[in-house]
Amino acid sequence: MEFVAPDVPELNHHMEGLGSDTPSPPPPIRRLPLEETPAAQQVSAPAQPVGGSSPQQGGFTAARRSIGAPQFSIRRMEIDNVSVSYSNREAVKGVSLPVRQGEVLSLIGPSGCGKTTLLRSLNRLTELTRTATLSGRILLDDVDITQIEPTSLRRRVTMVFQQPNPFPMSVFDNIAYVLREQGSRRQRKKALEPKVHSALDRAGLFEEVKDNLDHPALKLSGGQQQRLCIARALAAEPEVLLLDEPCSALDPQSTQVIEDLIVSLRDDVAVVIVTHNLQQAYRIADHVAFMYLGDLVEYSSATALFGSPREQRTKEYVSGAFG
Amino acid sequence: MESSVATPPAGPPAGVTPPRPGKDADEGSATWRLSDRIGLAICWALGLLFCAIAVAIVVYLMVKGLTYLKPSMLVTPATAGFSQSQSGGFSDALIGTLIVAVMGISIALPAGVGVAVWLVEYGRPTALARITESTIEAIAGIPSIVLALFGTVIFSSTTLGFLSRTSEGVVFGRSFFAASAMLSLVALPLVVASTREGLNAIPQHVREASYAIGKTRIAMTRRILLPAARPQVATGAMLGLGRIIGDTAIIVVLLGATQNFAPVGGAFPFNYLRGAGTTRPTSSMRPRQPATSTSPSRPTRRPSSCCCWSWS
Repeated sequence: MEFVAPDVPELNHHMEGLGSDTPSPPPPIRRLPLEETPAAQQVSAPAQPVGGSSPQQGGFTAARRSIGAPQFSIRRMEIDNVSVSYSNREAVKGVSLPVRQGEVLSLIGPSGCGKTTLLRSLNRLTELTRTATLSGRILLDDVDITQIEPTSLRRRVTMVFQQPNPFPMSVFDNIAYVLREQGSRRQRKKALEPKVHSALDRAGLFEEVKDNLDHPALKLSGGQQQRLCIARALAAEPEVLLLDEPCSALDPQSTQVIEDLIVSLRDDVAVVIVTHNLQQAYRIADHVAFMYLGDLVEYSSATALFGSPREQRTKEYVSGAFG
Repeated sequence: MESSVATPPAGPPAGVTPPRPGKDADEGSATWRLSDRIGLAICWALGLLFCAIAVAIVVYLMVKGLTYLKPSMLVTPATAGFSQSQSGGFSDALIGTLIVAVMGISIALPAGVGVAVWLVEYGRPTALARITESTIEAIAGIPSIVLALFGTVIFSSTTLGFLSRTSEGVVFGRSFFAASAMLSLVALPLVVASTREGLNAIPQHVREASYAIGKTRIAMTRRILLPAARPQVATGAMLGLGRIIGDTAIIVVLLGATQNFAPVGGAFPFNYLRGAGTTRPTSSMRPRQPATSTSPSRPTRRPSSCCCWSWS
């Protein structure tokens, strides 16, 4: 469960030109060399490392490459022709996607295109909205998620939200809350300590908070709060981690820490991240799905989707023509 | 209140002149229109009037009462006497208040918090939730004397006889149990309202965060929502406690104005809580007399100790 924080100085250097993580201005994606041939855009192919880039390519390619290609990929979830509608408005229309461990899947698209709804349907959070109805199938390790008890499903497929939302209690209790079993007697603090520490460690937060685990979580900085939320989601030992724009409320530095964290997690859990930030999707995702008005327009490897989009709408979106 | 009434001279009418430091504004009132100056004078007069009333009450009480006040009154029960200096004694009232307050709030708090949690977190079916809501509000609007009389009817029934003093099959219906049960109804709406407010103040995303890591609604309520709403729950409990302590009608009718702490049957705490109150029984609990045409009978089952209204 330990991970070594990836070496970031190089990444830092390359990100300097990017400025903040706000969606504007459009990234210089159009100028990227189209390394991959159309044949390499096979839907299920893992991202290929881009070889031999020239110096004038800008930060994207280099920053991307420093992460490295996935070592393996195992299919954990299967989204099969899923549609979600609220009352009579269809938010997601017949989307099919695989979710793989060992890879980061990023959902991009303009606001209101159904990214978040799709993400929430993966652990049945859409059911909390009374008007939402879902059709199609979602499989987790070949089991239909409607056959799994919602609470146990949500322990296996945990989610982190856009706004950092720690519970109004101490840092320790935030994690311990996840670990304490339902109905059993309150476990001793000592017994939970190792697990709490390891969860915080996996989220790269332990070193920063180890001396004040008893402090209220709401006193942490925004970036720390978000990593605490990720630690909380990891404490449940999930198989799939869903992230809904986890960095949109954070400054560039916290964003980078969290991006490194996400990439380092991809071998342990399948990561699905929704983002408005194209640069971010490009930096960390292995596969990218572009959604528009509820439709899945294009799904391919990150380099392929940003480098040589097949669909016209994708091309316009990644070049900043709309969004 | 008084001071807030008296504050208007601090500034000229809004919008007429730009706000200036207090002293300038004060001098400026001489240049106001006559109607404004009259209004200002009325404000001052009213403010001073209410201050005067408050001061008068305190002074009157001190002048009339200080001569009779002595520390021993805190530990002596009320006694009957022709001279005011011999009657008095607070201990009954103090102990009685303490007991009903503890008993009343310990009924109202769990019930109120439970109702509030159900209303906010569950609230299905909607019709039932709405009915519950309006019922709680209705209880808040019922005068406590009505609750007291209602309590008399309930606790005088034979099935609840074990809660109060009985005599030859007649249930007196007045005891600490009866009084605190009805007093808890007085406190209940306050506890419910305050707890609901606290729960509603917790943002929805906190609940979502809890669901998103696979916790049940019960676990969330116990470990997150209620701890987060604890200040409001405490506020509700305090307000409810205040209402319980301040209530008189229920105490007089269901408990009695003075206490009779003679134990009546039962195990330890209960024997002291069952029979209490020495106020003259109301007609509803007067034992039915066999129709005798002669003596206009006084009720014979009155508690033996003295009746006295000194604390009613």
